[in-house]
Amino acid sequence: MKQYRAHLLVCAGTGCVSCGSFKIKEALEKEIRKRKLQDEILVIATGCNGFCERGPILMVHPDGVFYQQLKVSDIPFLVEEHLVKGRPVKKLMYIPPAEKEPIPRMKDIEFFKHQRLIVLRNRGRIDPERIDEYIAFDGYEALAKALTEMTPEAIIAEITAAGLRGRGGAGFPTGKKWAAGRAAKGSPKYLICNGDEGDPGAFMDRSVLEADPHAILEGMIIGAKALGAEKGFIYIRNEYPLALHRMDIAIKQAREYGLLGDDILGTGFAFDVEVVRGAGAFVSGEETALIASVEGRIGMPRQRPPYPANKGLWGKPTVINNVETWATVPNIILRGAKWFSALGTKTSKGTKIFSLVGKINNTGLVEVPMGISLRDIVFGIGGGIPGGHEFKAVQIGGPSGGCIPAKLLDLPIDYESLTEAGAMMGSGGMIVMDDKTCMVDIAKYFLNFLRDESCGKCVSCREGTQRMWEIVKKITEGKGTEKDLDVLEEVARTCKDASLCGLGQTAANPVLTTLQYFRHEYEAHILDKRCPAGVCQALIRYVVVAEKCTGCQSCKNACPTQAIKGTLKDVHLIDQTKCIKCGACQEACRFEAIEAQREEAIQII
Amino acid sequence: MITFRMNGLEVSAEEGWTILDAAKFYGLEIPTLCYYEGLTPYGGCRLCVVEIGEGTRAKLVSSCTYPVEEGLVVRTDTKRVIAARKMMIELMVSVAPGSKVLQDLASQFGVTQVRFEPRHEECILCGRCVRICAEQMDARAIGFQQRGYKTKISTPFDIRSETCRLCGACMYVCPACQLRCQGPQAETTLCNGCLTMDPTCLDYYDDLQCWMYDAGRCGTCVREKT
Repeated sequence: MKQYRAHLLVCAGTGCVSCGSFKIKEALEKEIRKRKLQDEILVIATGCNGFCERGPILMVHPDGVFYQQLKVSDIPFLVEEHLVKGRPVKKLMYIPPAEKEPIPRMKDIEFFKHQRLIVLRNRGRIDPERIDEYIAFDGYEALAKALTEMTPEAIIAEITAAGLRGRGGAGFPTGKKWAAGRAAKGSPKYLICNGDEGDPGAFMDRSVLEADPHAILEGMIIGAKALGAEKGFIYIRNEYPLALHRMDIAIKQAREYGLLGDDILGTGFAFDVEVVRGAGAFVSGEETALIASVEGRIGMPRQRPPYPANKGLWGKPTVINNVETWATVPNIILRGAKWFSALGTKTSKGTKIFSLVGKINNTGLVEVPMGISLRDIVFGIGGGIPGGHEFKAVQIGGPSGGCIPAKLLDLPIDYESLTEAGAMMGSGGMIVMDDKTCMVDIAKYFLNFLRDESCGKCVSCREGTQRMWEIVKKITEGKGTEKDLDVLEEVARTCKDASLCGLGQTAANPVLTTLQYFRHEYEAHILDKRCPAGVCQALIRYVVVAEKCTGCQSCKNACPTQAIKGTLKDVHLIDQTKCIKCGACQEACRFEAIEAQREEAIQII
Repeated sequence: MITFRMNGLEVSAEEGWTILDAAKFYGLEIPTLCYYEGLTPYGGCRLCVVEIGEGTRAKLVSSCTYPVEEGLVVRTDTKRVIAARKMMIELMVSVAPGSKVLQDLASQFGVTQVRFEPRHEECILCGRCVRICAEQMDARAIGFQQRGYKTKISTPFDIRSETCRLCGACMYVCPACQLRCQGPQAETTLCNGCLTMDPTCLDYYDDLQCWMYDAGRCGTCVREKT
């Protein structure tokens, strides 16, 4: 193998790609060829680094130097300084919000420092499109161990002892599921990898699929051996083209290397996988709906039992696990159940990936040990709330999860304590909200998502989410009554109680948790006709604060309806008859001179 | 045979029966709507929910789809069950107040208010028509479209289906569009006409429970309340 003196690892996760990381890669390659360094320096596109806020990202190996927010125009200078003259470029390094000095090395950055990478161990260091790089980092070693040294029972016992629980949300013990699948009568048996990640603001499955597709394949082959399955399906939503592309390549390469197919590693064990593209229904993440979708039917859940482990795909025993669960399996087999179960809490073992989004400084993907407190994630790794605003709540588990308020910031993150607080682990989305977020508006947003994504089978879910949305919408428009809150709560409880599948049973969580922790905000909308956060359009109007306005005209230019009048260096005025309350002016103003005021208050004046 | 407990009684059922099958066998009434004998259970209307399990693990499941299990504990008429059924009826009546089946259910369960804006649609998406078309008529001419609040039942591309033989089975089994209730009030969207009826048998068998399981439920011996 050819030796290089430096590797340039360009992040090619979806976030960085959309900021132009492929252009950065091209520019780097061009510059390196220009300087005839192509035999010394290699440019590699890796999977997502997780620090999506700072894309495009470049890591220089072996120095461990971390460059961020690169532009094509920076590249010649960077190559000249760092790679020719050996002087790392300070101005392209990461500077923490409150500090002045840049941090050169990746491992010293707060965002990366507290993470514990198991599932994402290969992120940002291997090229996901090359199987050799995966193998170089102990890839497929666990598979060899499982196929040659372990019996199916031993594999299941190892997974059970590790205490691995399903990472898709509900947290069902994986070992138990596998044991049921193994014991089930019927042949052939199937495996499914659930990559139908549909929560708004969640992208951990996508990232694993993009950064390390072989880890998933390896986990599935080990699972196949444990269960005696001969065919696996990887269900990926069609909205993830890069994940689909990389998974296709990974499967092709694994087949070429004899890691999939008839005689895996010469042991005589046969297993193959197929990629199924999902058509983008959130409910297809529910396992029975996913099975229906793979079978080519409408993605509608059915009641369990019979559980898929006994009667799944085409009526045959089927084990479904989430992307993250499958990718964890090789680590457990290779390093042992003891090592894995030493991480985490009593009931929740190992690590969990969270996608950190919303009003937070360090947007991105983090893998942390279970049991870490919310405070450590939001203020430690996440770097706190931008703009000096106050932390209000975090929505965990996507639309099915709940809003956890500031007073529960020290809550340890594991399956049980989150459920107790009214939220759920879900797939691991974390949406951080600050004091400029209206909780009623958030409830409305999620209900609108759910009424659209409900499969439409159960009355409780289909009509329940629709009616809840109607009531919450009425409240945000200032037309709510006190009685509405009782009805809302009653519908929410019934929806949770009577619905068939996980979607309906958790659909009311956003409403129930916001009602539990932020009832005063609902009451402010209903009784005072006031939106405390200044978000709900019908209850506010935008006005220019004369003392702060410099007459710079940026609000005027931003206004889509030409509702703002004023000449340069003069205080501007908003014509309320033309204003559509889009808030573009507030965003455009650099002097905080546009304020959202209470609609009614102004009318009285 | 599988033995389990239902409403405190030890009962036994054949393997493969659902809770609803067993309840019917023992004469316990569970209301149903999307269930139709001869069609695959669907579990969509959530009227037939019963409570299973005990303590904190107790949950509601649709009895038409839940197979009986050894040692199961089932309660068919708990407060939680009745509350869920009443809410389902309220939600469905608010969509299709013109359905006599729904209006009857509302009166039967004492649903006397509908707190949602009525939509005056015909369909409550119970899926009976879809199933009879596919399973009994072997036509598969109609199916569900869209999802969530946009769900509807129609032919592919909403055009006249070539596989449809106009047999009318879909209309025959429909609980909403065939029998019409003439009595819904514009304001409440409820009829509740039956609430003013009294069962006559109580005059004769004051100390006995009506043999129709619940006094007056059958509606055959009613007279106007005085």
